[in-house]
Amino acid sequence: MIRACSVSELPEGEALRLDGPVPVSVFHAEGGFYALDDTCSHQDASLADGWIEDCYVECPLHAARFDLRTGVPNCLPAKNAVRTYPVVVADGVIYVDTEARRDVA
Amino acid sequence: MRTVAVVGTSLAGLRAAQELRGRGFDGRLVMIGAEPPYDRPPLSKDFLLGKVSAEDLALAGQDDLAALDAEWHLGVRAERLGAAGVTLEDGTTIAADGYVVATGAAARTLDAARKLNGVHTLRTLDDAVSLKQGLAAGPGSVVVIGAGFIGAEVASACRLLGHDVTVIEAMPVPLAPVIGPEMGTVCAGLHAEGDVRLIAGVPVAGFAGADRVTGVRLADGREIPADLVVAGVGARPATEWLTGSGLAVDDGVLVDSGCVTANPRVIAVGDVARYRCRLRGRRVRAEHWTAANEQAGVAVANLLAGETVTHFARHGYFWSDQYGRRLQFAGVATEDVRIVEGDVASKRFVATYHRGESLAGVFAIDSPRPFTRLRRAL
Ligand SMILES: Cc1cc2nc3c(=O)[nH]c(=O)nc-3n(C[C@H](O)[C@H](O)[C@H](O)COP(=O)(O)OP(=O)(O)OC[C@H]3O[C@@H](n4cnc5c(N)ncnc54)[C@H](O)[C@@H]3O)c2cc1C
Ligand code: FES
Repeated sequence: MIRACSVSELPEGEALRLDGPVPVSVFHAEGGFYALDDTCSHQDASLADGWIEDCYVECPLHAARFDLRTGVPNCLPAKNAVRTYPVVVADGVIYVDTEARRDVA
Repeated sequence: MRTVAVVGTSLAGLRAAQELRGRGFDGRLVMIGAEPPYDRPPLSKDFLLGKVSAEDLALAGQDDLAALDAEWHLGVRAERLGAAGVTLEDGTTIAADGYVVATGAAARTLDAARKLNGVHTLRTLDDAVSLKQGLAAGPGSVVVIGAGFIGAEVASACRLLGHDVTVIEAMPVPLAPVIGPEMGTVCAGLHAEGDVRLIAGVPVAGFAGADRVTGVRLADGREIPADLVVAGVGARPATEWLTGSGLAVDDGVLVDSGCVTANPRVIAVGDVARYRCRLRGRRVRAEHWTAANEQAGVAVANLLAGETVTHFARHGYFWSDQYGRRLQFAGVATEDVRIVEGDVASKRFVATYHRGESLAGVFAIDSPRPFTRLRRAL
């Protein structure tokens, strides 16, 4: 588990990149908090720079839209999913379990 | 509608096919294309640099293609569209109730260079493979004609591959018609920073060399030595096959704001379509990836409805990767340009274009997050 930030530091519609060996980002969407691999599976854009709407993040470069719940893109140009990670909120702090990465079927 | 024929199987054609199936079209879908669906933008970037392979360029996996449940005619050109249907160069004629024209554009060539070896254009995967082979011959002098986005990307890639590179641009300020003179000047500066020579404001007059090019002659009398030349001088819409079809063609297939021709059973999408742009109040051809991607949904909805029920009214958007930087532009350039984040000196900034009180466009270098937010505000 790594500490991302406090809930108050991440308003809805925002994302935070957690730099590490594999950058992971945590997103605050309508439905709650989600964590995904930060690097778009299409090229090398950072999804934390993207546009968050409903339960999706749109890549800032070529607009592939990834489902925050599953990491699966629902349109071109991305063809592959990005990995998702469990997010836990405790005492107003957001934690991401970067060890427990979930590959998508 | 029982049968739809899609002519051109690159981005716009593939997206149209996906939209047809996505919107419940369960009839016969015929895909006719000179090439399989692959992504063009990386050709002048990562593909030239050897970072991605031809397989990586595929626009869809085998499963996605199979899911379209289409009949494919690949590697053949459509030659004619008439009352009987679309006729292919192998003689097959396919009759359909609906037609999607998605034949894109072809690279413009320079007449004077036609018979010379070593002069390249870049539009297709074959072009890119041949250019890559030419560049692999060893470090040499490369002259790129045209400082538009493709020219600039090729120049950047050639320099990274170790060549000595000169870019020649006829206009005094590259890209000025697209992003305005101020930002065009900033982009011109990227070449010098990337150790590439830019000669602007001088047209090319001809070439030196007998079989193989040895130099490029400029209108001011100079001759720039060249082992290899890349002409990045634009593209013309691929409409020759529509001669005699009755469709109106004038620098592209003329369509309304819903990408529908005068015949409601024929739509045109992507680089080949010259559509009535509601945001600009005139007909334009959007030669960019995102437009081809987005027009498909609108056009197909109209084809299935049998009339124009929805319109394409998105702001133009494109990106470009040059000299290790990422450029993004959306909307239209005006004379009122303001730097709203970062600074031009560091080549990391966001500039906005204004028309009176309203935001007309955004241009950014290496600033995807603020760019994305401003693009949304357009
Ligand atoms: C090198 C390069 C780099 C680019 N980089 C960028 C970028 O960074 N950002 C950006 O926004 N845009 C970029 N673009 C533009 C983008 O690739 C195009 O806008 C996009 O490909 C348009 O798609 P399309 O399907 O309309 O046309 P095309 O991609 O041109 O596809 C048309 C297809 O139709 C086929 N065809 C033509 N005539 C016939 C016929 N008679 N019968 C059958 N098939 C036919 C062609 O072979 C082709 O496969 C780039 C383009 C190039 C060439
Ligand atoms: S890098 Fe994300 S869609 Fe291309």
